[in-house]
Amino acid sequence: MIEEVGTTTEGDLVINVGPQHPATHGVLHLVITLNGETIKKVEPHLGYIHRSIEKMCESLTYRQFIYVTSRMDYLSAHINNHACALCVEKGLQVEVPQRAQYIRVIMDELTRIASHELWWGAMAMDLGAFTPFFHAFRERETINTIMEETCGARLTMNYMVPGGVMFDLHPDFQKKVKAFIQQYTSKINEYDELVTGNIIFQNRMKGIGYVTKEDAISYGCTGPVARGSGVASDIRKIAPYDVYDKVEFDEVLETGGDSFARYLVRVKEMQQSIRIIEQLIDNIPEGDFQAKTKAVLKLPKGEFYQRVETARGELGVYIISEGGTTPYRIKFRSPGFSNLSILDHMVRGHKIGDLVAAMGTLDLVIPDIDR
Amino acid sequence: MQALTNRAKSVDRKPMTFLESIYLWNIFKGMLITFRHIFKKQPTIHYPEQKRPFSPVFRGLHVLNRDEEGRERCTACGLCAVACPAEAITMEAAERVPGEENLYREEKYAARYEINMLRCIFCGLCEEACPKDAIYLSETFAPANFTRTGFIYGKTDLLIPNPKTEAADLAKAKGEL
Repeated sequence: MIEEVGTTTEGDLVINVGPQHPATHGVLHLVITLNGETIKKVEPHLGYIHRSIEKMCESLTYRQFIYVTSRMDYLSAHINNHACALCVEKGLQVEVPQRAQYIRVIMDELTRIASHELWWGAMAMDLGAFTPFFHAFRERETINTIMEETCGARLTMNYMVPGGVMFDLHPDFQKKVKAFIQQYTSKINEYDELVTGNIIFQNRMKGIGYVTKEDAISYGCTGPVARGSGVASDIRKIAPYDVYDKVEFDEVLETGGDSFARYLVRVKEMQQSIRIIEQLIDNIPEGDFQAKTKAVLKLPKGEFYQRVETARGELGVYIISEGGTTPYRIKFRSPGFSNLSILDHMVRGHKIGDLVAAMGTLDLVIPDIDR
Repeated sequence: MQALTNRAKSVDRKPMTFLESIYLWNIFKGMLITFRHIFKKQPTIHYPEQKRPFSPVFRGLHVLNRDEEGRERCTACGLCAVACPAEAITMEAAERVPGEENLYREEKYAARYEINMLRCIFCGLCEEACPKDAIYLSETFAPANFTRTGFIYGKTDLLIPNPKTEAADLAKAKGEL
């Protein structure tokens, strides 16, 4: 299906999709070379939302820089903060209380569901279905309300501090989360009826944007993009952090490698997240929600790396410390960047109309790609 | 295609039947679900006519607190400015002169206290850092202004109404009236 096509020749049409285009979900700029309706080449141009977060973090203390990272992948802001907090804790060698670990993991999974819900709605809207967007936001709103009550904000939660979480849970937290689980499980059938089982939707997704497992590995794809091609890449399974080794859940793998497989991975992953929350929500232990840390944090000289599974894939935080109160150098390995790099390979030879069907399943968040 | 792990399940790919391929049934099914929602409870909140209550931990715009006697709590120690990741807070300290005891709680006070709301990322670290419980994040949000300088909030914008002299204003600001 995918044939080798050369670079631009005479008669080819070069068009720009973005940086302001509804299907690119942000300021992604794609330069597409077309031969008739067939895509010959897709070249993503980055840099429109570069805020030099890595450089900014070098001048912020270990307490402060965590909150800037909420602005990278804003849909899984809590998981970004989690990665940074874990990395700093690794350097400080702080033991995080059990209660804090439970809260963190529950919040992570709620964030993951919220992120996948938004992707699900936006993906269907890209393909022309408007209703799923509202249905997804109805459920997402419940999560956002829980987040607001517990963390203080709806999108950029800033709930993490090195050594635990900022403050204790809201008294209604467990009740609200259980109500959400009930609401969500009663709606799953509707999701499947409306989108997943829809033949029109399936016809647009199946066989589009095929990625083999070798390609997924060689392009460095992680998260649902890799798992849709049958590559086991869930950090929660490979290198469990906090209480992920205590909960039972399946790593969702599909072997299709096309857009529909990636779609299924995300939809099933939401159900696995629900499963994780169900196991933890009744067993939150009593105790401290924050370990005792010094007012001014100083990491020992050395290099620290921590990776977590965000809603989009593997996020790595790499800190080089010179022993001071600020990091000497910080590097984020963002999942979106590697996932975007496979776009050209995925859509070559397809028709222009299939570009959105393939790109939507990558679940791109532009500030994450271009920090 | 063989997966790299044995944990995978393959996707089911049946060819379409004739009825499925004419799409009409699927369009009807989708429309039915959408139509059913007309009779359900509306989840939409009609902002700004309707408003949702905020949780007590909500981080909105800042306020500077006064104590029960209406004196300013802030002593211009600068801890909030140091803790701020966005460097949004600036202040100038001044010394209290005799006769001002009813205005300021301690010997030092903030003569100028400014928060740039465009820089602020509403993380709540200033609230955590404050040793005098002077700065709080309130439930107000979504400020609007015509100029950028209008977003630099000074002491007049930040201080809560004096509970002694402006009790009615304070109750209104708290939403009790």
